[in-house]
Amino acid sequence: MIRSSRVRAAALILPLAVVLAAGCGGTTKDSAPQAGNSGSGNSSADPNAPMKQGLKIAFLPKEIDNPYMVIMDKGGTDAVKEVGGEGKDVGPSDASASSQVSYINTLIQQKQDAIVISANDPNAVAPALKDAMSKGIKVVTVDSDAAKDARQVFINQASSEEIGRSQVRIIAKQIGNEGKIAILSATPNATNQNAWIEFMKDELKKPEFAKIELVKTAYGDDDDQKSFQETQALLSAYPDLKGIISPTTVGISAAARYLSSSPSKGKVMLTGLGTPNQMRSFVKDGTVTEFALWDPGQLGYLAGYAAAALASGQISGAEGETLKCGKLGERKIGKDGEIILGPPTAFNAANIDQFDF
Amino acid sequence: MRALAGRELGIVLVLVAVVTVTTVVNPNFLSRQGVHDLFLNSSIIALLAVGQAILVITRNIDLSVGSVLGLSAFLSGQLYLADRDMPVIVVLLAGIALGAVCGVVNGALVAVAKVPALVVTLGTLYVFRGLDYAWASATGVHQVNADRMSPDFLAFGNGSLLFLPNLTVITLLVLGVAAYALRAFRPGRELYAIGSNPDAARLSGIPVGRRVFVAFVISGALAGLGGVLHASYFGTINASVGSGRELAVVAAVVVGGVAIFGGSGTVVGAALGALLLTTITSALPILGVPAFWQRAVDGAALLLAISLDRVVMLRVAARLRRRTSVGGAGG
Amino acid sequence: MADRLFRWETLLFLLCLAVLGYGAVSTSGFADPDNVRFLLLDYSEVALLAFALLPIVLTGEIDLSVASVIGFCSALTGKLWNAGMSFETIVPVVLLAGLALGAVNAVLVVKFGLPSLAVTIGTLGLYRGLAYVVLGDGAVTGFPENYRPLAIEYGTVVVVVVGVLAAVTVHFTPLGRALFAIGLGPEATRFSGIRVDRVKMLLFCVSGALAALASLIYTLRYNSARADNANGLELAAVAAVLLGGVSIFGGRGSVFGVATALLLMAGLRNLMFLNDVSNEVQNVVTGLLLIVSVLVPVAAGAIARRRRPQPPAGTQPSRSPDPVGAAVSHGLNEEDR
Repeated sequence: MIRSSRVRAAALILPLAVVLAAGCGGTTKDSAPQAGNSGSGNSSADPNAPMKQGLKIAFLPKEIDNPYMVIMDKGGTDAVKEVGGEGKDVGPSDASASSQVSYINTLIQQKQDAIVISANDPNAVAPALKDAMSKGIKVVTVDSDAAKDARQVFINQASSEEIGRSQVRIIAKQIGNEGKIAILSATPNATNQNAWIEFMKDELKKPEFAKIELVKTAYGDDDDQKSFQETQALLSAYPDLKGIISPTTVGISAAARYLSSSPSKGKVMLTGLGTPNQMRSFVKDGTVTEFALWDPGQLGYLAGYAAAALASGQISGAEGETLKCGKLGERKIGKDGEIILGPPTAFNAANIDQFDF
Repeated sequence: MRALAGRELGIVLVLVAVVTVTTVVNPNFLSRQGVHDLFLNSSIIALLAVGQAILVITRNIDLSVGSVLGLSAFLSGQLYLADRDMPVIVVLLAGIALGAVCGVVNGALVAVAKVPALVVTLGTLYVFRGLDYAWASATGVHQVNADRMSPDFLAFGNGSLLFLPNLTVITLLVLGVAAYALRAFRPGRELYAIGSNPDAARLSGIPVGRRVFVAFVISGALAGLGGVLHASYFGTINASVGSGRELAVVAAVVVGGVAIFGGSGTVVGAALGALLLTTITSALPILGVPAFWQRAVDGAALLLAISLDRVVMLRVAARLRRRTSVGGAGG
Repeated sequence: MADRLFRWETLLFLLCLAVLGYGAVSTSGFADPDNVRFLLLDYSEVALLAFALLPIVLTGEIDLSVASVIGFCSALTGKLWNAGMSFETIVPVVLLAGLALGAVNAVLVVKFGLPSLAVTIGTLGLYRGLAYVVLGDGAVTGFPENYRPLAIEYGTVVVVVVGVLAAVTVHFTPLGRALFAIGLGPEATRFSGIRVDRVKMLLFCVSGALAALASLIYTLRYNSARADNANGLELAAVAAVLLGGVSIFGGRGSVFGVATALLLMAGLRNLMFLNDVSNEVQNVVTGLLLIVSVLVPVAAGAIARRRRPQPPAGTQPSRSPDPVGAAVSHGLNEEDR
């Protein structure tokens, strides 16, 4: 037994050592060959082509039970129905990239005409999406982008810059341009969150915000309970905290709930991105003064139209093309195939009862 | 008995040490609000740890507690969607009943069909969670927000009795009853006998199957109660509530000195284990430990606890051996 | 003969054929070569973990930390890649790291004599936590394009090779026979001259190395190194092992059974995906299969016992009161094996 296990161990380690020795000077990050094939591109578009009927378009949210995603996909499937297609939404119950990949492969096998996805990890889903594109399936990303060469069109809520900078301006107004603030984000690799946070930091560099100090960016992983406890931790670590920005619907409602029953209610300002239905009671009880969001249903609707137009050959995703999108009118396709829904709506006690989503 | 008291004393000492150090760094930690949060955060996990400890003492385990908690939390949400003015007590009883039913399923499979607990509860972990999600999709209710629940219910979850949060009061009540029952009642003592040696327990006439079955029902009912408390505390419910909680619960039980192979340990120790792990998790960010280390805490604490137990056990065994050999020479 | 026919493995194999056959007939795209390739690949990590677990469970122990080892190794891969290390160097380093994590389990279980269930629940949390310590919450991407196809094209081949090696070792070598012997009675095995401790040490180390191998496939396949990679995969691996007819008390099981179970689970999952069966129902099916896999042999045993008269008390070998063995069994029903 001793013998055989020693021999075994040697047999295991020896080849490793050889590879180790041979490995010096192999493929490193800087020398790695990167694929440069961009998926989208030269297929020409005919803006006047008729909308194909019976298109099969699948919506793949970050997670199937996220209420925001549910509203978004409802908007998307409605749009697909309007153009005479057949839409469905499928997705994982955990917000993980690997389960999204399984779904993408399934959708390829099911020979869908287009996939509309909110990526959990821009790079992990990219290979599968490229695979789909190589088989003629059109790919639209919405809300959270994938790698640029792994989709034709990205439907963005509003320009990232506008979202990021406006959040800082709202909180600055609420705390009187002075004091410590923190950010409560979703997951640390969420593409959209990070883009907004970059612009927030940039906005804070302006001289008028010099007295505002961003002390921490906390991550609630878009998990209600984790976000709740992160808020609690922020307040106990920074007792003199003046404000929190939470640019995620899960985060802001969890933070509001903690604040509403703590002594900090009304003393620590909270703003961010939330749905009116989740935030209504906190606006009314004075925990939150103002927050913002676009209509996720419209976002999905726009994505549904974009997918149908791509699959019908009306657009190809090139900059400068025009997308006709039903009740929303028209949108121009910008740089890198990006289409922007429009500026977010600000909600406060005066207008919140006019919205139901 | 003295050894057990020693174990609990050990946890309390570690707890005091952690709290002292953290308070020196940030006095806010021991503020009224700080202590309040600490108790609140550990209440539900301690409740589950009590149920789990009863099972582990009998040399069984329930990995499905996280899923049962999720299911009963979702039930609370659904009840409030049906009737916003549902009395709190009805929701509590419904949650406990649902949890008990889950416990009956586990218990029947283990005690009657004689399938090992680890396998059964791993299976029902998937099944109960799946039912939770299926319920969410079937009704189209993916999330229940605080504004759909009755204000009484939310006030109950976030309220306090004197200076203790309501949730903590409930956990302490359950803990008191369980601790007394395990110590003073014959069936309670029998659980230890079952865990020490199931065959011997059976031969000595203890209804092993029935006792284990009841232990599963209790664990399920407590997980069900935990689900309702979770709903009233957090006020937002979706189908993924409580995922992965089972490991934290098992960690708390083992850190609390309940032997994983049954036969020894107390529910008080398990509850203290839950309090200790929660306190350490809350203390780390204040002590400036990078957030990522927090995730390793439960595992590291568990390993440390069982290693220490082992060392103590070997010492005691060696001392006993010496005493026996001395006694042998004398006699 | 009848015994053979009603063996769990045989039933499972027939069930597997039925599911795959049904899929091929009923669902367009299921039998498509691309789909079959993906179906197999999608389960390659679970398969490697299951093959690592099988011999451990045969000896009556368990290793729940395997998926966390994947997470740690994946995070390490990302960290080293970011630091500019060549991928050819990363591979052996990561394999050694996996081996080391397995060795930690081995030392705690074998040298310290701690129950493997408790130890590996602990290291499940610890290794996952360390993965976050190594890489944080971020994702590392951009691995060389010339390696990704390797994982995709040869991932399944690696699994098959490991499976064959496992089958040969478990069923045709003295080491394999030792595994069964240990599972049936560690004390007796020790007295018969088998170095029980060494065998167990080896198994936990190999388990760590196999998990590291799985992490490389996972990382390359998704082109994304993250600390949360393969979260929760240990449950699927344990499910596959138990569904494959391996006794949780040790001493009984086969590589064929586990391989069949893996194929069944992979096929069923893919089939449900293609038919738009939601995730939640899939979980229920996995859970039920797991329970049924243990229930059927127990029920069959009970029926057989009712037909045959019970042997007189005392003739059945009683289990040794070894605390380690007892810890894993976690049931009252050892005598029902």
